[in-house]
Amino acid sequence: MSNRNLISFLRVFEKDSVIESVITPIIGLVVGLLIVAIIILLEGVNPITAYQELIFGAIGTKINLFSTLLKFIPLSFTGLAVTLAYRAGVFNIGAEGQLYIGALVATWVAIKVNLPFYLPSLLALISGMIVGGFFAFIPAYLKVEKGINEVLTTILMNYVGINIVGFSVNSFLMEKGQTAPQSPLIERSAHLPIIAKLEGIHLHIGIVLVFVIAFLMYDIFWNTTWGFEIRSVSINIEASKYGGINAKKVIMIVMFVSGAIASLAGSTEVLGVQYRLMENFMTGYGYDGITVALLGGLNPLGVLAAAFFLGALRNGAYSMQIATGIPISIIYVVQALAILSIISASALYKKFLAEN
Amino acid sequence: MIDILLAILNISFLQAIVNMSTPLLLAAIGDIYSERAGVLNIGLEGMMLVGAFSSFVISYHFNNPYIALIITIIIGFGLGIFHAFFTVTLKADQVITALGENILALGLTSTLYRIIIGVTEIQPECQGLPVLYIPAINRMPVVGDIMSGSTILVYIAFLMPIITYVIFEYTSFGLSIKAVGENPKAADSMGINVNVIRYIAVIISGIFAALGGASLTIGGLKYFFDNMTAGRGFIAFAAVIFGRYTPLGVFMGTLLFGSSDAFQLRLQTLGIQLPYHIFTSIPYIVTLLAMIFSRQTSFSPKALGKAYVRSS
Repeated sequence: MSNRNLISFLRVFEKDSVIESVITPIIGLVVGLLIVAIIILLEGVNPITAYQELIFGAIGTKINLFSTLLKFIPLSFTGLAVTLAYRAGVFNIGAEGQLYIGALVATWVAIKVNLPFYLPSLLALISGMIVGGFFAFIPAYLKVEKGINEVLTTILMNYVGINIVGFSVNSFLMEKGQTAPQSPLIERSAHLPIIAKLEGIHLHIGIVLVFVIAFLMYDIFWNTTWGFEIRSVSINIEASKYGGINAKKVIMIVMFVSGAIASLAGSTEVLGVQYRLMENFMTGYGYDGITVALLGGLNPLGVLAAAFFLGALRNGAYSMQIATGIPISIIYVVQALAILSIISASALYKKFLAEN
Repeated sequence: MIDILLAILNISFLQAIVNMSTPLLLAAIGDIYSERAGVLNIGLEGMMLVGAFSSFVISYHFNNPYIALIITIIIGFGLGIFHAFFTVTLKADQVITALGENILALGLTSTLYRIIIGVTEIQPECQGLPVLYIPAINRMPVVGDIMSGSTILVYIAFLMPIITYVIFEYTSFGLSIKAVGENPKAADSMGINVNVIRYIAVIISGIFAALGGASLTIGGLKYFFDNMTAGRGFIAFAAVIFGRYTPLGVFMGTLLFGSSDAFQLRLQTLGIQLPYHIFTSIPYIVTLLAMIFSRQTSFSPKALGKAYVRSS
């Protein structure tokens, strides 16, 4: 590789441009909210009133803000999981299944293990991470060894993961003497540490974990050789092989870690909020991770902002539904329009760059 | 064990296979066009959901399933244009486009259902497609019995593999699609308009995915519920890869996945003392295993997933 080629090769790995990582997501959001405002208007509701209700429901009072933060935590985990995989050029659409499996294993450990000093919850989180990671490793292995499209395998495994949880809470993990499909309550000794309380809403330690993982990921991406390897695999597998990087290994490790992070979305929810595992206990958070990752410009710190925004949207939508009758499901329309606008904006930007 | 054998060794089980395969077959056969032209369509799931919803709502409103069928075809046409606009014209990432479309379909159908139908205690039913009686087929032994409850969508579904085979093997349109998917640059230099062919191919996929969705509502349950496709679009997509992008292969693939669905429904009715979840996962697991145990990468069209940028 000639010197000039090398330099142009390295330049690709510089930090993303501001346009791609900040401006396109904002355009996406604005387009999403505007189009949905039109739908709300067609419903005969003033969109400004509807959005005011939404904002109030999301952050209007301390309690509302607390419950938004409780949604921020799992959305950050799944958003970070998707971001990590995407940075290595792999689509992890399986965060949903990984968080279900992670929650299942964490619940089982938390119920069975009897140890002092928050050790059960720590053990539960770690076991959840290992199994969640393994759940993500399978599609990665199939991708690199057999060439099977990981989008498809991760999606199919989501259905399997959700059904495994459904099966478990209806059989061996079912609360004795109950007919409801749910696990027994988890003992207090296995709960996650609470860092703040407000009228019955407990903010658990997961929020700290979110920030630790996001900053670690940011540091690894841009300040270490690992980060360089991960990003180079996504940009050009052939070229990265040239540079002595084992792309297959990188993809498998990254997916394992991605699954492990996704599992935390489920396990911290069970050990820190719901205290028992139920069927369909957190629908859609895995898929929302994709929106979070794209809205966050695939930057770990951007992901935190996007997760907060989406958490607020999810939380505020309840108030909006009660006040104006606009169904909660409208937030999926906002999300989808945001995704489509972001990718079109970045496609047009690339076209513009190519032509000039 | 005997119970299970008895449950599957009869005509009604074969009828169930036909019914369960129909939505998959429609979506998957249509998708062959898109994939062979080089455009990934993982948005099948959302397209099916929109087709299921719109055919239900229109039939519910007009009390006429055939009007619903026609409008669903038009909507499918629109869905195809939508997907092609992003992937062919804008050249946006084909996987993320599809993920966005799937979320959009879920959000729109759930929201519109609440707005149009509202929250009701009883699932409102629409007028379903009538059983189509074709003497030549219905008088045949066995086949006649299997097809005895079939609607027009079932016949369309089972005819499509043959039609598609003929189109790909014997028509210039089929050749153009293959050329565009294998080597768009060469196709372009031969005077084929790459983008137009891709648009047409994706529109065909959109129409048949929407019809696949319609076969779940007006051709099946007669009611609609949130996310009722439950991954069938993804399974159809898997069937296309499993079937190596050929009509016959895809036909076999959808029959396999449709049978596993019919089988798990049969198991649920046997009253085995196990949570139903173990049965509902069967089609997904069968699909996964089928993907794992069939070699497939080398069969995909060479330009699949890549937008064509014309260089002058």
